[in-house]
Amino acid sequence: MTDIEAPGSAGTQLPPGDREFTVRQRTQTQLVLRRFVRHRAAMISLFVFVLILLWAFIGPHFWHYSYQKYTEDNSKPPSLKHPFGTDSSGYDGYAQVMRGTQTSLKIAIMIALGSTFLGAIWGAVAGFYRGIVDAVMMRIADLVLTLPLFAIALVISSRTGGSWYWIAIVIAGLTWAYVARVVRSSVLSLREKEFIEAARALGASDARIIFRHLLPNALGPIIVNATILVATGILTETALSFLGFGVQPPDTSLGLLVSQAQTAVDTRPWLFYIPGAFIIAIALTINFIGDGLRDAFDPRQQRVRQ
Amino acid sequence: MLAYTVRRILVSIPVLIISTFVVFLVVINSGDPVANFATSRQPAPSKAAVAAFARHIHANQPVMERYWNWITGVLHGDFGPSVQANLNIGHDLFTRFKVTFTLVAAAMILALIMAVVFGVFSAIRQYSAADYTITFFGFLFLAMPVFWFAVLLKQAGIWFNQKTGSQFLGTIGEKSPYLEVDTTWNEFTDHVGHLILPTITLALVSFASWTRYTRASMLEVLNSDYVRLARAKGLRRGRVMTRHALRTALIPLATVTALDIAIILGGAVITETIFQWHGMGEMLVQAATTLDVYRTMAWLLLSAVVVIGFNLIADLLYAVLDPRIRYD
Repeated sequence: MTDIEAPGSAGTQLPPGDREFTVRQRTQTQLVLRRFVRHRAAMISLFVFVLILLWAFIGPHFWHYSYQKYTEDNSKPPSLKHPFGTDSSGYDGYAQVMRGTQTSLKIAIMIALGSTFLGAIWGAVAGFYRGIVDAVMMRIADLVLTLPLFAIALVISSRTGGSWYWIAIVIAGLTWAYVARVVRSSVLSLREKEFIEAARALGASDARIIFRHLLPNALGPIIVNATILVATGILTETALSFLGFGVQPPDTSLGLLVSQAQTAVDTRPWLFYIPGAFIIAIALTINFIGDGLRDAFDPRQQRVRQ
Repeated sequence: MLAYTVRRILVSIPVLIISTFVVFLVVINSGDPVANFATSRQPAPSKAAVAAFARHIHANQPVMERYWNWITGVLHGDFGPSVQANLNIGHDLFTRFKVTFTLVAAAMILALIMAVVFGVFSAIRQYSAADYTITFFGFLFLAMPVFWFAVLLKQAGIWFNQKTGSQFLGTIGEKSPYLEVDTTWNEFTDHVGHLILPTITLALVSFASWTRYTRASMLEVLNSDYVRLARAKGLRRGRVMTRHALRTALIPLATVTALDIAIILGGAVITETIFQWHGMGEMLVQAATTLDVYRTMAWLLLSAVVVIGFNLIADLLYAVLDPRIRYD
């Protein structure tokens, strides 16, 4: 993204006469990236998160136990052979946590992508057309916002058989309205800007204005929201799976692993603490990344350090 | 203000009707209790029994008629038939509401007190070690799954009881099934003992974000001109903090608190399940597993009314606390 010459970030380029006063011309993307890279907590979090991601998705191919194969060891504490121990039926904890992290991350990322995709288009269309279209679309979004996320997700998922994409669709179907509201408010102010006027004067279609001019310029809040949705997604999915309404065995998720270990906190603590620590690590790193992105996209909100 | 309140209540009626209708459609289409009845019982019920069951739970009625019968029934205090024989949903809901209300109220009060204390302290000592510690724990609790913490707390309670040889911290249920000496005082301590751990669990759901909020809002006020003026004209620091800064800083918190009620209700479902309370959480979980349409709807209707009510309270509180805002 950084290699592209002068992406459509209109309004940031200085007229040639002012060139001598600036150090070096930077695009909007470069500015955001520079600010993000300087955010230490966010960069460390990004590193840790990418490590967890790679470990969960590539790791299982290199590990000699499968998450659904019994081993000959029962209830063994962590050792070199089983870094995360084994449970009472002989499943290898390392393989199980790897698979659980993979499922939970897969669902959380699907939730973030799905709800961002729908919410961004919904909010942009509503904000662009205003009037009756806006009123109807935003009332629908408001309606979705009044539904209690966890309760409705629980009621629906109890009947969808626990496949991971259904859980993702249900939760995304309840969270997109937040994104729609955020995007709509950005679009409402963007659509009054001169570059939109210019695009319209050049004969751009409504769809072109929405997708080429409005949405790319509202990218900041959209990306920040998508990041936070990953954290919301993983906490909601694991809670559902914990109560038995989410991912079902033989597949596993971090929430299901904690649920299966809740009676063994004293006797086999590794089964309880390790999946819990992974949920915390993922949600924590995501929150820090979101914080870093927010500061990078909107430096005005950042407080001056003393 | 009164006119505004009345108008808001009137506006929320159609919202409630449309929202419950949408939810009703979702709930009746996401499971087939009749098929469940026909296949899950041993011995398999006769065709006539299945048909009678379908009639009993109104499964054979057209959707619109079914919704209309339900919503008019609710207005008369009849919440519809349950899939469980001899279960009065209205009575069930009322009993469980009292149980859950205690928990939610206690947790909200605890979370608010902690959020104000830690948030204000964090803001006054900005960038001190204490501020960083509070911020760190704030982030940690924000990322911590409620169910995980609840299980941990339950274990801690059991450990505490074993160490002290008492039964003070209840970890199962909202009260002991029987008491040895049944006096009012014993009953009271028993209730309190059972309330402590679930309250801490549920308070945690919102404590972290409310603390962050208080801190941000307090910092904004502390950097404002009128606080500087109050200090400059010689008022003592404590007085400026409590009388001038804190009062203004708490205004947005009132709104946030009220708006977070839906999240707290969701957290209560998890908390009650882990501590095995017989509250609304158990009701929702049971209703969802047994595909009980009207029991689910009763839960969702009550939560919708609570959420809409709290939204209204949030808006009214805002006007009461901030004289710059007037509704007319």
